[in-house]
Amino acid sequence: MSARTQTFLWIGQRASAAVLALCVLVHLCTIIYAVRGGLSAAEILGRTRGNAAWLGFYSVFVFAVAVHVPIGLRSILAEWFGWQDESRDLVLWVLAAVLAMMGIRAVFGVFG
Amino acid sequence: MPREESQTVLDVVTYVQRHLDASLAYRFACRVGMCGSCAMTVNGQSRWTCRTHVSRVADDGRLEIAPLHNLPVVRDLVTDMTEFFDKWAKARGRFTGTRSRHEDFERVPPAGRREEVDAGIECIGCGVCYSACDVVSWNPDYAGPAALNRAWTLVQDVRDAATIERLRAVAGDAGAHACHTHMSCTERCPKQISPTAGIAGLKRAIAMAALKGEL
Repeated sequence: MSARTQTFLWIGQRASAAVLALCVLVHLCTIIYAVRGGLSAAEILGRTRGNAAWLGFYSVFVFAVAVHVPIGLRSILAEWFGWQDESRDLVLWVLAAVLAMMGIRAVFGVFG
Repeated sequence: MPREESQTVLDVVTYVQRHLDASLAYRFACRVGMCGSCAMTVNGQSRWTCRTHVSRVADDGRLEIAPLHNLPVVRDLVTDMTEFFDKWAKARGRFTGTRSRHEDFERVPPAGRREEVDAGIECIGCGVCYSACDVVSWNPDYAGPAALNRAWTLVQDVRDAATIERLRAVAGDAGAHACHTHMSCTERCPKQISPTAGIAGLKRAIAMAALKGEL
């Protein structure tokens, strides 16, 4: 992998971390606000169904996770287990795709 | 071991070699903190031994002296520094100028970028930072703090003409981006240099070059 690609992975992880910091904050604040009077599936779906703003917010959240997690794992796998060859990157591409698909499926599950 | 006033760890090692075990191998030259050849680990921490007083580091009157970490041991307290200095070369730690001896001296403003160079230029190549670095122990390909600090001083040198090649050489998994900012190098550097700050500067410079399409 070229120095340029590795640099863009680093930029991607930092940028996604910044997005995640904001997303996690909004997500936690929403949870704390939403559970004041008890928590029910109907209440959650009432807030998210047909709401394009929450759809957009959680789509960004999922995308940031799908970028951030595999890049972080890439370093952990290299440093802890010495797994540095191309097979590692291939597995992590698959992981990124799985995270994105599962996340988007869940986002649309509460939107539709 | 007789204790003396202002006794250094290097004095202790020298006493052992001269009076207790003549076969002990260790390395030193200047004894005044200039040459960078006497670095060892003392009670588990990497240090320059010629400027480390026993009174400051002895743990209950005991010293455990060992070779530097992260480098192959040649014998006793002597490590093979080859890979350490090879990584300086790999990080393009050599000045690349544009002027010949027939041209006038370049006037370098002492403020601005030159201050960044001055902050890191006094490295004596002792290997203490390299020995103290966790990332080097996990990733033997990692250039290490000293080589990256050297690269940073050249990137900030207005006279140097190989910035992009150098940034390319120190980018990625074996370069600046592998640093976890643990700051062990900065804490242990006997010359009070902060390689961590230089590495952070390299990360910024590399990212800017990549975004501009220059990398």
